[in-house]
Amino acid sequence: MIRVVLPFHLRRLARLEDEVQLEIEGPVTQRAVLDALEARYPVLRGTLRDHLTRQRRPFIRFFACQEDVTHLAPDSPLPEAVAAGAEPFLIIGAIAGG
Amino acid sequence: MSKARVLVGTRKGAFILTSDGKRKRWKVRGPHFTGWEVYHIKGSPADPNRLYASQTSGWFGQVIQRSNDGGETWEAPGGGPVVLPGGMPSGESNRFVYDTSPETGKPLTTHQWYDGTQHPWEFKRVWHLEPSLHDPDTVYAGVEDAALFRSTDGAKSWHELAGLRGHDTGPKWQPGAGGMCLHTILLDPSDAGRIYVAISAAGAFRSADSGQTWQPINRGLRSNYIPDPNADVGHCVHHVAKHSSRPDVLFMQKHWDVMRSDDAGDSWHEVSGNLPTDFGFAIDVHAHEPETIYVVPIKSDSEHFPPDGKLRVYRSRTGGNEWEPLTKGLPQRNCYVNVLRDAMAVDSLDECGVYFGTTGGQVYVSPDGGDSWSAIVRDLPPVLSVEVQTLP
Repeated sequence: MIRVVLPFHLRRLARLEDEVQLEIEGPVTQRAVLDALEARYPVLRGTLRDHLTRQRRPFIRFFACQEDVTHLAPDSPLPEAVAAGAEPFLIIGAIAGG
Repeated sequence: MSKARVLVGTRKGAFILTSDGKRKRWKVRGPHFTGWEVYHIKGSPADPNRLYASQTSGWFGQVIQRSNDGGETWEAPGGGPVVLPGGMPSGESNRFVYDTSPETGKPLTTHQWYDGTQHPWEFKRVWHLEPSLHDPDTVYAGVEDAALFRSTDGAKSWHELAGLRGHDTGPKWQPGAGGMCLHTILLDPSDAGRIYVAISAAGAFRSADSGQTWQPINRGLRSNYIPDPNADVGHCVHHVAKHSSRPDVLFMQKHWDVMRSDDAGDSWHEVSGNLPTDFGFAIDVHAHEPETIYVVPIKSDSEHFPPDGKLRVYRSRTGGNEWEPLTKGLPQRNCYVNVLRDAMAVDSLDECGVYFGTTGGQVYVSPDGGDSWSAIVRDLPPVLSVEVQTLP
């Protein structure tokens, strides 16, 4: 079970109280996590990635195991601790603006 | 007794203000969509409890919200939690994708950029939502970069009316200081096929076939920064308003100049008259007096606050040229707010109410056609838009 923590505004948008738990078949990658998240919560489509290009929105960052994994290739494996559910995959709204 | 419901979009959420027909005591609900910019909220004339809201964020993009109970509860159409057996989710409610289909026969990909080069269209946000006059599930969206979209399934899915952006003049459109936005959509109750839109900085356009084809309607506009006085496009139109009983009469607040057309936009003439400045954003028409119009003059060019620190609405009862300041109840010193283009509205109660919101967070009401004003609320986030519904 993969654990995903969303930023405040997206938790409210998806009507979530806490972190999300997702089942992912196959390799646990950034792309697989986001695909599974959007499949379960379609309202999040377009809020993390562009609808068409699937590119990350500029002010969205990804962290895991104390590391910035934003720029990992979308199909690179995420840390084993994330794949095992021991550590969450953190989606962060960049700290900018008001 | 009839009631008024005011829909307020702000930089940090939406608010709904309600009152009985006296419009003296108000109930304030909100914020809805806390922390998001709400560019516009508007109710369906066909079903006043059906509301649409544009919720947008520099971080998270565009979300469209819908209410079926007058704003008590909201949903993102088609965006609810679902578990699909496979494939992609069905939620499409926030998807605004520019048309590039071969049917249009045009690439529809570039407009003029600040440096004069061509630049691809990039969706940024929805500025204005205009529900159909007859069908609660049909709603139009004016977006940045400028284009017109329509949904016929209650905002679940959106499709571009690409004839507008595909007009021959498209490559000459360019963004103004606020971006290249389609901010005004006017539907004609007497002719279902006729739609007016306005774009900064391209100008005004009219369709006679429900948005399939368009023509620029900017003859008579004068913009100092455009070398060609007869330019079809390039004009920074701030807002356009009309009275429902006279669909051929249009009033425009341009970057400079208040303008009037009596022939559905085929030609315009200036009616700024004795205004202290002909710059401003908002303009609206009295609900029962088609020749009575309202503007809020703002000091140009980049200061963007009321002249002399005095917040004054100006009213013309002659369709322009002769204007009177309306000041009773409005601050007449040390006031340096702005009133944005979609932040003025009128109700249709027996005595027409006029409303406007400011970038200082005040929403003012005049229950007597502008003679006197009071603040419904004073400390909201900066107000982006104000609409009002007259309810039975």
